[in-house]
Amino acid sequence: MADSGRASQNHTFFPKASSNGKGKLKVFLIGDKAFKVFTAVVASSTFLIIGLMVYYLYLGSWPSIEKFGMGFAVGIEWNPVKGVFGALPLILGTLVTSAIALLIALPVSLGVALALSEYMPKKLSDIFSFFVELLAAVPSVVYGLWGIYVLIPFLREAIYPSIKSSLGFLPFFSGPIYGGGVLTAGLLLAIMITPIMSAIMRDLFILTPSALKEAAIALGATKWEAIRTMMSYARSGIIAATILGLGRAMGEAMAVTMVIGNRFQLLPSSLFDAWYTMAAILANEFIEAIDHLHISALINVGLLLLVINLVVLICARLVIWRHLKAVGGIMRE
Amino acid sequence: MTELREWFRRLKDKLVHILVYLALIAALTPLFSVLWEVFRRGISAINLDFFVKPTPAVGEVGGGVANAIQGTLITIGLASLIGVPIGIITGMFLSEYSETRLSSFVRLFNELLNGMPSIVIGLFAYALIATKIGFSVTAASFALALIMIPIVSRATEEALKLVPATIREAALALGMPRWKTAIFVALRGARKAVATGVLLAMARIAGESAPVLVTMGYWKWWFTGFDRPVAYLALNIFLFAKSPFENWIALAWGSALILVVIILGINVIVRLLMREKSL
Amino acid sequence: MSSLHKIEVENLNAWYGHQQVLIDISMNIKDKAVTAIMGPSGCGKTTFIRCLNRMHELVPRAKVSGKVIFDGVNIYDNGVDPTWVRRRIGMVFQKPNPFPTLSVYDNVAFGPRIHGIRDRKLLDQIVKQSLEMAGLWEEVKGDLRRPASALSGGQQQRLCIARALALEPEVILMDEPTSHLDPISAAKIEMLIRKLAEKYAIVIVTHNVQQAARVSDYVAFFYMGKLIEYGPTKEVFERPKSELTERYVTGKFG
Repeated sequence: MADSGRASQNHTFFPKASSNGKGKLKVFLIGDKAFKVFTAVVASSTFLIIGLMVYYLYLGSWPSIEKFGMGFAVGIEWNPVKGVFGALPLILGTLVTSAIALLIALPVSLGVALALSEYMPKKLSDIFSFFVELLAAVPSVVYGLWGIYVLIPFLREAIYPSIKSSLGFLPFFSGPIYGGGVLTAGLLLAIMITPIMSAIMRDLFILTPSALKEAAIALGATKWEAIRTMMSYARSGIIAATILGLGRAMGEAMAVTMVIGNRFQLLPSSLFDAWYTMAAILANEFIEAIDHLHISALINVGLLLLVINLVVLICARLVIWRHLKAVGGIMRE
Repeated sequence: MTELREWFRRLKDKLVHILVYLALIAALTPLFSVLWEVFRRGISAINLDFFVKPTPAVGEVGGGVANAIQGTLITIGLASLIGVPIGIITGMFLSEYSETRLSSFVRLFNELLNGMPSIVIGLFAYALIATKIGFSVTAASFALALIMIPIVSRATEEALKLVPATIREAALALGMPRWKTAIFVALRGARKAVATGVLLAMARIAGESAPVLVTMGYWKWWFTGFDRPVAYLALNIFLFAKSPFENWIALAWGSALILVVIILGINVIVRLLMREKSL
Repeated sequence: MSSLHKIEVENLNAWYGHQQVLIDISMNIKDKAVTAIMGPSGCGKTTFIRCLNRMHELVPRAKVSGKVIFDGVNIYDNGVDPTWVRRRIGMVFQKPNPFPTLSVYDNVAFGPRIHGIRDRKLLDQIVKQSLEMAGLWEEVKGDLRRPASALSGGQQQRLCIARALALEPEVILMDEPTSHLDPISAAKIEMLIRKLAEKYAIVIVTHNVQQAARVSDYVAFFYMGKLIEYGPTKEVFERPKSELTERYVTGKFG
């Protein structure tokens, strides 16, 4: 116990510890606890939202589900006046346009990703990666607008006639050409999903350990052969990127509805013919629909689209998880 | 025989080299075409009227997108009010407590939400809100907020990761509670990166038209209340593009031009800012 | 121990951008012998062997001058195909790098396959022989389809050696092949190296002086990009000509 005379020598800048120091500790920890709970609750709202989505769309589809049940997904007539609705042509249209989009976008995205990660010097690669990312930032309506007034005339005058004259014997290419339609929609979708797919693949390729390519080169492989070993390692990531591109293509509404022709029919007469997709019919008919059954049928289509999309996204996630386990590697999604 | 094989190998190698660059050209050509056409056709539509007059009535000549600009700003503002705080808080949770099982769930669902077709999100907002108060800015903003949340959350999480652990430790060692450190030290340190994430999210929803369509529909007048619709620039493009009227089509291109300039402009600025930071 | 010079290096210089990492190196690699390249970190030994199979030039802004003569040809002459060089001068890396998604069999068969061998029976033979030579056959013969990533570190490195051997190279370059392995696996690899030296010219980079002494017939001591001394191992260790060499082998630095 220092004398009071010496107290000034060991003065402290902090107030003396209060006698209920224990109480202070409790308050201290409550702040942290509250923070954790608060942020956790807010963060959890995301899965609440997805759950609510399914629930509310189900609710909104009820009149349609009640009337058509499972048959909705295989029904082939869509008649608001008669009150008959079926979504099969829409499902087919969505699948076919997305398939066309992937068929075009996959090789192109692979090529772009390889060009950016393996063939270009870093400075150039950064600049071009930036342009590819800009492609992703253009709004869908702008793509649709460009599609109507630039792409369609171009295809109609310059491309489709030559396709028809050379491949017209195939049923795909034997119909009348008006410029829009299935093939055009698929092409536009391909343009829109390429930037996302190539960005994912490019990052994937940059992250694969260079030891792999080095090993191949040291065995006398050509650059392409070395790249092939890398792609085999990155295979799951490529699949995941493709699945994500598929999801995006299936959900695109505006650009598709602006170029596809919006014709409800079970099958188009050719790839040059008009057709319809799930997202496109929503964009086209939703605000005009007044009849409750019609609206609920449309929401039912939305529900179908939601479910299919969730399945696709979950598959992509599972593929990525399997890859991470199998290769035990460091791969950012 | 081996000579032929060798030549074949070399040929394949060269072929791939060429194809890869062709793919790049193929992918970038539409971009440049879109930018060029939007500029070319849009610039002629831009004049003073464009910024000052509202949507022209059917048959009326001229007109502008002033009401759409107003409506877009209001909608984005309201959407951000909802989406940005939720996104930032979610991001903070994911960054502070990333080891918990809950955080893996949250990340998964954020990813799912991010991949949802925007028109489906719009339908949800319709079912939840518009069925009760009708087509309205509120419903549209809600849909757009849902789109913003995963973007802002991801950006916040990444930004917080970049804050050096030493700074946090310094605060903790001085007796600052963990929660205060998270907000006043970490978040503050990351604020520039978070702001750019928010900007990017806003740019993204400025271009969204599908969710706005099904929650608000078209509106040709000025703002009249949060329980009524407003005009939205991106949606107007959709409406005008399909119309037969010359002046509406011109307005579509003009709107496309300003949208593209603003959205791409934000993306460019953000990327330039980020480049400086990482040095 | 033959006195044939498998590789002759004349006035080799190498740069990374503006930084010169090898200064006027001239030496020989003898056939059917182990030549060790030793020196402290940063002395240029890894760059040196990467110049021998034209891997150095893969790094951006890398430059090389001088001659590396292999089989009568300067491998840096215009018109010499690097993949030809790499087929005949094989390389094993510091960190074992088998192709993780491929099986043991496919790893070893990779080299022969890309160079044109398709016949299944022939490939089977090559794979078996290479794995035997690498001392791995007994351990993997039960299941060649097993993925390479399932093997232990030491086994993976022997797999990489088998993979290099499958191309029947004439020279094998090894860049610190045991530095990532436990002592027992390392010892196994050192024994393997001595065995392989009966057939091949081996160049091994090592930062471990004792390993150089154990394993090699000839040793070259590099310091700061220069070749300080080269000669039969016994001589260099017992009667080093340079004072630097003496300090290095007695452990006074590096």
